[in-house]
Amino acid sequence: MNVTLFKPNTNSGVPIYLQLMEQVKHSVETGALRAGEQLPGIRPLAEDLVMNPNTVAKAYRELEHEGVIELRHGAGAFVAATAHAKNTTEKMKAGQALMSGVVAKLRSRDVSDEEIRRLFEAAVVSGTRSGGHRG
Amino acid sequence: MADTTVIETVDLHKSYGSVEALRGLNLQVPQGSICGFLGRNGAGKTTTIKILLGMARPSSGRVRVFGLAADTKESSVEIRRRTGFVSDEKSLYDFMTVAEMVRFTASFFPTWRADLQQRYLAKFDLPGERDVKDLSRGMRTKLALLLALCRSPELLILDEPTSGLDPAMAEEVLKALIAHSAGEGASIFFSSHQIADVDQIADHVAIIDRGRMVVAGGLDDVREGYRRVQCVFDGEAPPAALRSPGVVRVERRGRALSVLSNAGVDNVVSEAKAMGAVSVDVTSVTLKEIFLEIVTVED
Repeated sequence: MNVTLFKPNTNSGVPIYLQLMEQVKHSVETGALRAGEQLPGIRPLAEDLVMNPNTVAKAYRELEHEGVIELRHGAGAFVAATAHAKNTTEKMKAGQALMSGVVAKLRSRDVSDEEIRRLFEAAVVSGTRSGGHRG
Repeated sequence: MADTTVIETVDLHKSYGSVEALRGLNLQVPQGSICGFLGRNGAGKTTTIKILLGMARPSSGRVRVFGLAADTKESSVEIRRRTGFVSDEKSLYDFMTVAEMVRFTASFFPTWRADLQQRYLAKFDLPGERDVKDLSRGMRTKLALLLALCRSPELLILDEPTSGLDPAMAEEVLKALIAHSAGEGASIFFSSHQIADVDQIADHVAIIDRGRMVVAGGLDDVREGYRRVQCVFDGEAPPAALRSPGVVRVERRGRALSVLSNAGVDNVVSEAKAMGAVSVDVTSVTLKEIFLEIVTVED
């Protein structure tokens, strides 16, 4: 298993476990990790990335909760073989298309990437309560 | 695991003459965590560590390590038996060689782990025959760390473990701490000026300022909790203080208000809009920014 798929950025202000979760999900969506494949163990991953083992454990727990991975007792973590991942892939693909459209439009109006990021977070924050689900 | 605390202080005070080093410090370190202890010079970090290890007595307040009172003689001995400590000075016996220093220290501790000694001697690339006095700063740190790790302590307390080390050496020290935490399940409490070190390996953070705790908790909770809200107004920004819960600091500059919040931003955003803000941006905040905003900068 290639650990270099994951590399959280400690300097971004985004919680590390969320970054790690996103990177695992992204690897599943892009096919870099396939259903049934094993993820690195908590301890080796923490040591390789020089990051906190409790943080890795938290990311794995949350990923299991979301149905992305399965934790098998004594055997480790595996990419879930459920349809959920496929639904997510479809959903994310559609979302990605929408998003790149919006980003392209904003760029054509001379909005910088940093500004787009800020606008995006502001929109997500002000829309969360009415907008249903998160994550 | 996360429910028990390995270190706890309640309303801890310490005065040296008329100087108040600690002014009601409340600190909690969960068992099994890696907790980074941040603060400016003179904020009270070293005083806190000394009290935890029974090397200084508090003026008042409660201090417990492993649930034992650190300010009584008997418990303090027990605490030091179960705790590895790497001081800022990395105090070692300069007249010994590295191998002698290791053998000498090992003889005091029945829990000494020969397997860890082998592993770290090789990993740290320490020259056994060299005199301790001839070691570089990085080598000294690694030797002091090896001596603490091989005792296989339940708790490791380190005062500025990476200060003065080059980045490669510092990374090696952090790696050893991670391995010890993951492999032995030890709790680690380390003070540092390197916010990046805390960002990288800690899961809990405690920021001390002028003898008081100003930020404490899970590092990811802190990252998630703090946001900056930039509000821009058509004319001069209103001087009104924001009343939303969680507002830590408001800075007014011309037509802009910059608000630091530690309890979500929904209320701040609606309040700013009600005040007539024409644009409201939300950005995440790094640990470094939180530190610089919260810790007092005067003098």
